[in-house]
Amino acid sequence: MQIPYTVEERPDTGLYNAKLGVWLFLASEVMLFGALFSSYILLRTGDPSFMIVPHAIAEQLGHAGHGELRWPAELNVPIAFVNTLVLIFSSVTIVMSWASLRLRKLDKFRLWMGLTLLCSLVFLVLKAVEYNAKFSHHLLPGTANFLAIYFTLTGLHALHVIGGVVVNGYLWGPGAKMWKSDPARFTNRVEVAGLYWHFVDLVWIFLFPSLYLL
Amino acid sequence: MSGHTAEEIRAEVRRYWLVGLALFLLTIITVAVSYLHLSAGMAVAIALIIACVKGGLVAGVFMHLISERQAVYALLLLTAVFFLFVMLGPLGGRLGGVGG
Repeated sequence: MQIPYTVEERPDTGLYNAKLGVWLFLASEVMLFGALFSSYILLRTGDPSFMIVPHAIAEQLGHAGHGELRWPAELNVPIAFVNTLVLIFSSVTIVMSWASLRLRKLDKFRLWMGLTLLCSLVFLVLKAVEYNAKFSHHLLPGTANFLAIYFTLTGLHALHVIGGVVVNGYLWGPGAKMWKSDPARFTNRVEVAGLYWHFVDLVWIFLFPSLYLL
Repeated sequence: MSGHTAEEIRAEVRRYWLVGLALFLLTIITVAVSYLHLSAGMAVAIALIIACVKGGLVAGVFMHLISERQAVYALLLLTAVFFLFVMLGPLGGRLGGVGG
């Protein structure tokens, strides 16, 4: 059976179906992250102690007697900064992979998509390093409300990165066979995967200053 | 949505690199500003304005929202309404004394 509108645009929406589908999915993702951001803002503005590191933990971190310690202080800004640059670069590389297919250059597509995958893995490795440092200092989601929000938001985001690695890895590897049989449809698949990936980047663009810098 | 000739696609590619560069620079500015010890309100305002500009560049250029179909705009308008409700609703409730 032929699936309709995988390449040509539907007359009513003006979009091919996968593109409408991914935008609907991204709309639901906006609500998911929006609810979590809303919780963070509500806690931060409503609870005066939310950003204050509990005394016992401050002591454990060697800050006893040095005045009040506030939360972003214990987050690793240099790692998060590098991760931000890595994700931004990956947004450029994935859009370059799509542009390469539109220029009918499969080898370039493989190069740019490969770089996107490499950036994703660098991001995840740095995130693991960051988490490991927290865990080794016994800074866990249950330690403080701020850390609960921090691990939930960054963990959910990391899960989205892993999801992107799976999809992009498939398109880079076995999925690329479609280029021979149906190049237009394959190009659309890469565009849709790119839209998802840009959204992952977009979420991080707001997470980074909200959690690490403010 | 996007050009089909090779020349048009190459022009898009140049735009992608320029936007990538702008995003890099704005990220560096965001971090630099955070070390300036501004007042809390000013720091939040600057960081969020820069984040919104960066988000606008990603959505507008990388996600092609500057030249997308009406159906996508309608979908995003509806999403924006619900997003604002989720973001502002609880705050409004708190300021109004709802829920203690």
